[in-house]
Amino acid sequence: MSVATTANYLNAEKGIKSWLFTLDHKRIGLMYLFAVMTSFFLGGVFALLIRLELLHPGQDFFTADTYNQLFTLHGAVMIFLFIIPAIPAALGNFVLPLMLGAKDVAFPRLNLASFYIYVVGALFALYSIVAGAVDTGWTFYTPYSTTTSTSVISMTMGAFILGFSSIFTGVNFIATIHKMRAPGMTWFKMPLMVWALYATSIIQVLATPVLGITLLLLVIERTVGIGIFDPAMGGDPVLFQHFFWFYSHPAVYIMVLPGMGIISELVATFSKKKIFGYKLIAYSSLGIALISFLVWGHHMFTSGQSEFSSMVFSFLTFFVGIPSGIKMFNWLATMYKGRITFEAPMLYTIAFMFLFAIGGFTGIMLGAISIDIHMHDTYFVVAHFHYTMMGGTVIAFLGGLHYWWPKIWGRMYNEKLARVAWAFIFVGFNVTFFTQFFLGAQGMPRRYYNYLDQYQPLHMYSTYGSWMLGVGFLIMAYYLIYSIYKGPKAPNNPWGALSMEWQTTSPPIQHNFEDQPVLEHEPYDYDTRMVVNDELIKKEDVKEKEDINV
Amino acid sequence: MDPNGSLIFPSQVSTIAPEVDALFDFILYLSIIFFILVVGGTFYFAWKYRKKGEDTFTKDLSHNNMLEVLWTVIPTILVFIIFVWGFKSYMKMTIPPDTSMEIKVTGQKWFWTFNYAEGATTTNELVVPVNQPVKLLMSSNDVIHSFYVPNFRTKMDVLPNRYTQLWFEATETGEYNLFCTEYCGKGHSEMIGKVKVLTRADYDAWLAGAGNAGANMKPEEFGAKLYKDKACFTCHSIDGSPLVGPSFKGLFGRTEKMTDGSEATADENYIRESILEPQAKVVQGFQPIMPTYQGVLKDEEIDALIAYFKTLK
Repeated sequence: MSVATTANYLNAEKGIKSWLFTLDHKRIGLMYLFAVMTSFFLGGVFALLIRLELLHPGQDFFTADTYNQLFTLHGAVMIFLFIIPAIPAALGNFVLPLMLGAKDVAFPRLNLASFYIYVVGALFALYSIVAGAVDTGWTFYTPYSTTTSTSVISMTMGAFILGFSSIFTGVNFIATIHKMRAPGMTWFKMPLMVWALYATSIIQVLATPVLGITLLLLVIERTVGIGIFDPAMGGDPVLFQHFFWFYSHPAVYIMVLPGMGIISELVATFSKKKIFGYKLIAYSSLGIALISFLVWGHHMFTSGQSEFSSMVFSFLTFFVGIPSGIKMFNWLATMYKGRITFEAPMLYTIAFMFLFAIGGFTGIMLGAISIDIHMHDTYFVVAHFHYTMMGGTVIAFLGGLHYWWPKIWGRMYNEKLARVAWAFIFVGFNVTFFTQFFLGAQGMPRRYYNYLDQYQPLHMYSTYGSWMLGVGFLIMAYYLIYSIYKGPKAPNNPWGALSMEWQTTSPPIQHNFEDQPVLEHEPYDYDTRMVVNDELIKKEDVKEKEDINV
Repeated sequence: MDPNGSLIFPSQVSTIAPEVDALFDFILYLSIIFFILVVGGTFYFAWKYRKKGEDTFTKDLSHNNMLEVLWTVIPTILVFIIFVWGFKSYMKMTIPPDTSMEIKVTGQKWFWTFNYAEGATTTNELVVPVNQPVKLLMSSNDVIHSFYVPNFRTKMDVLPNRYTQLWFEATETGEYNLFCTEYCGKGHSEMIGKVKVLTRADYDAWLAGAGNAGANMKPEEFGAKLYKDKACFTCHSIDGSPLVGPSFKGLFGRTEKMTDGSEATADENYIRESILEPQAKVVQGFQPIMPTYQGVLKDEEIDALIAYFKTLK
């Protein structure tokens, strides 16, 4: 069982070529992980610089132009390069086949292609930073984006290319889930993480092309001068907003659904309880995926769209909130009468419940049209989407990262330091973003380089909070990287979880499992199964023993 | 923060504001109840069912139809109430009363212009009478802007290819902030104005005087006032630091290289041309982005500005 002596996917083949040309989903997942973490670092540095400039009104460190480029890059990098691929392409790539008891994804070559397309897209985005960084905001609203002199084309081409990477992953996962499940694993015996990835993939495949077309039209307008969005050439700028949000609203569920999948795994594993309302959670993922296509207009209540459209979009918006609420209740009920332990992944689960609840409630406020008119494009919205995207998705991602870390590397991270980092991140996050609800309600508009003096105290606290967040992530980077080299060896199943990825070695062997595994129990059967020190204990065996003793 | 406002909102100065805040409070209280239920519940269960002693099998509680129906149906009813409430207030803030007076609003990088039916024109300062419905007919000369007055709880995008409208009825006299809330480039955060709410009598007096402002002023004083009122300061400093455009300090009589390589000296005619046809000559190192002030500034106002520039040595 020791790591050093057995062959595994990390040491089976050596040399840089064995990584660059690998078709192993685990290695591709790791390369993705490295890429998205690099992007997260970059986006995080941009965020800290933005907050630094906002410490005081007026010019402190950057000019208005630089500031506008910073918030654009922060948004674009975090969304297109980090949060969209973070859970599906990095963690999902690693765990999906393992969870299904499969050898790999359905199309390993497509998987590798998706990674290289991501790299090419990222290079375009990086090039745009060097060549006069874009200053349009990550939303690229026309006609500003067709008229600004910055490098809009390379950034939008980058996002266009990244879209294909996302589509490839989606197609691959759908095929994998349909065709590669272990014998015995019917649809309703899959882990909920798989359901979440399935729902996510559907959105990725159906929505991403619309973004691709939209960005391409934007590029054509800028280069060839065909008037599609720019009124100076006879186009309609609001059309761009419709197109853009037709992708970008479902995209927020590309971001958050896999996060919800992770939370379903974590809450069951660390409560050692059967997940409550399995089917309702699974269906709610599909429900969210479906309704998410019909709510894009709630980003446009003040855009001049008709009152009737606003009414319909507001109505549907509330109904995308319901399935998320259902999940929250189900997770809570899962904890009831559990046997709960508090390792780092569970701490992130609890943080998720706290932060995502706030993100959700403020979402209900913004769904009400009359309130949204006041809050739209203020810091209230900024705070709301950071609570759902960072408080939801990123926190779930971190939970998942710690959860599967021993499986990925065969090493344990330092639990004590993990708790310290968690505390910094949890408190720092709330200090940074809770203040922004008040800023926004008081009228502070977003994307402001300079602001009125009355907003200074809250901006100051928000900046202090961002420093706490920075410290938390530094500690995390330290103990995670340290553990790869020097961490204590991980058992196969450190958390006593019942899903299939824990039934192979840590790290897994090259082909995941020695033999084709067959589903013997469901992923959440904690009422009849438990794992102690990598040994599966069945309730019926224990009973037999007791009976014999009697 | 607004000293007259609440912890959450700035003071309510329009007829619609109390309604918006009431719905917000309703959702806030509901949210607090549900937050205590869900997150409080999370903490409580986490503590109560923490692992004590040996590993054990746990109970087989896989679902409960009654509970699941309850926590689907109750939130659905609640959000439906919120939807109807929000939509009703929205309809009120969308349909202007027939008694509204109309003011034309033009947004452009990076200032607001207000044209009154009586002929007056203001920049970055919207003057309205109290207790009078006001309808704004808005359009943009360049990119999308958005007209936002937090105290009125109202906001509307200002588009380049069509008119949008917004109405409000101010309920208290005073000065209130006006923000641009659609990102529009370098000067976005400087595109801030004021809404001045006056009593009917004060408003009428202001309107009567607005046509011949500067009549009792020296030209250079009037020019200094215009420099502020017409938002020239957004892009042109008077202390020598270059902003979006060149500084006005020492402008008059200065010789500069233009982007086309020629040289020009800033005399009266140069300044007049630069105000009315800003793209004709652009100083090297700056972008040709200044909008024309044709129709915004009258001849005597341009004269006053030139007189003012002469004093900025």
